[in-house]
Amino acid sequence: MKKVEESSIAVAIGAKLARVQVFPMYPITPSTHIQEQIAEYVNSGELEAELIDVESEHSALSAAVGAVAAGSRTFTATSSQGFALMFEVLPIASGMRLPIVMAVANRALSAPINIWNDHSDSVSARDQGWIQLYVESGQEALDTTIQAFKIAEDKNVLLPVMVNLDGFSLTHVFEEIDEPEQKEVDAFLPAYKPEHFLDVKNPKTFGPIAFPDSYMEFKKQQQDAMIKSLETIKKVNSEFAKKFGRPYGNGLIDTYKMADAKFAIIAMGTVCGTARVVVDELRKKGKKAGLIKLRCLRPFPTEDLLRATKGLKALGVIDRHVSLGFEGPLFADLKAVLNSNLKMAGFIAGLGGRDVSMKHLHKVFSEIEKAKPKGSWLL
Amino acid sequence: MAKEKNKREKKAGQKLTLGAVILEPGSTRNYHTGAWRVYRPVLDNSKCVSCSNCWKVCPDAAIKRTPEGKFYIDYTYCKGCLLCLNECGVKAIVKEVEVK
Ligand code: SF4
Ligand code: SF4
Repeated sequence: MKKVEESSIAVAIGAKLARVQVFPMYPITPSTHIQEQIAEYVNSGELEAELIDVESEHSALSAAVGAVAAGSRTFTATSSQGFALMFEVLPIASGMRLPIVMAVANRALSAPINIWNDHSDSVSARDQGWIQLYVESGQEALDTTIQAFKIAEDKNVLLPVMVNLDGFSLTHVFEEIDEPEQKEVDAFLPAYKPEHFLDVKNPKTFGPIAFPDSYMEFKKQQQDAMIKSLETIKKVNSEFAKKFGRPYGNGLIDTYKMADAKFAIIAMGTVCGTARVVVDELRKKGKKAGLIKLRCLRPFPTEDLLRATKGLKALGVIDRHVSLGFEGPLFADLKAVLNSNLKMAGFIAGLGGRDVSMKHLHKVFSEIEKAKPKGSWLL
Repeated sequence: MAKEKNKREKKAGQKLTLGAVILEPGSTRNYHTGAWRVYRPVLDNSKCVSCSNCWKVCPDAAIKRTPEGKFYIDYTYCKGCLLCLNECGVKAIVKEVEVK
């Protein structure tokens, strides 16, 4: 069914269609509308779920850990400082291999206090064993929320997934969305049936200590599962596309006019929409411009990026976060894996809700056309 | 790698399950914390007034009772923290240096 909805509501619809059973919540701007809407579904009886009204984000994610360990499909949402408060629990969720799905309405970290969008919250946590997907539209947010459960609960994966959407510039934007039928979502996403769960009749221990003689083996298992999940993310994307008619690239990356591109931008989230318009303008002028939209930051889709950048002369990397004292983390990752003949420059953009304008992106393209492009902050 | 994994699992005494879930309830019994002891608490039943303070505070549940109600220390699990000694109001518990 087609309707116009705010992207936060689209996420809530995704969670409802996924038949979330437990929803611990501690609302924080700009993720609040997601929580409010799910609370409304629970209140009206549209969603049969246990809503746990907790006292902090740390408790929200802790409750989610307990709920999934008890065998329930569990969802939560947060932003910024709330995300930061959850940090301690992030590696616990992934280390215990609990397929929690969490929407992160990306927002800058204090100080100075700032409620607007950048990626400094989630990107700072990229090493904590969560699959990180970044979306661009309300529809993609809805669809990815459903996909996220299928990826997380896959027997080869069993890892938590973050669905990242830009605070305000996506969460509060109204767009036309196509709401899938419950029947079809049920067929795509069967009920969560874990092999091990907390059960008083069949006691098991969750979250024990691992001594130096086994801790590394558990971390290696997590690393292997993360790498394996690259395939699962692709598979789930194509299954979803077949059933609902909406592909998002290959699930890991999406490309725009890359077939013959010589100069391209790579970015995550809503900036990609602006970048497409800039690419079109440049194409009209006869320039071979293109865009790579990175959907999946962790696990890092090295092979897909190598393929996408084949034949490319230069790449401008947009980071909406900076590893203070070094550079943009995406830029650093890409330099580590891409062909050394490819010219690259890193641009720090859109921190704390600063608009990333078409003018900024034109500047990036004209910079990377130079013989020796230099990265900069797009102030 | 597989061989190394088997070796690790054998040493750890159980299978390395996903997420470190322990499938066997009560497996902590196989873990003998008594090996950690530097000091050995010794309980003198002639002084003990059976207040059960030590029994309550022992973090390893190593203070036990005989069917006749006498308190004793299970040295398989007593790790030598000496909480019991500190909590005993009548000084029925003294410490000795552990000699192995
Ligand atoms: S020394 Fe510690 S572990 Fe041993 S019996 Fe006393 S309280 Fe328990
Ligand atoms: S605390 Fe002392 S008196 Fe009380 S039960 Fe233990 S040994 Fe006996």
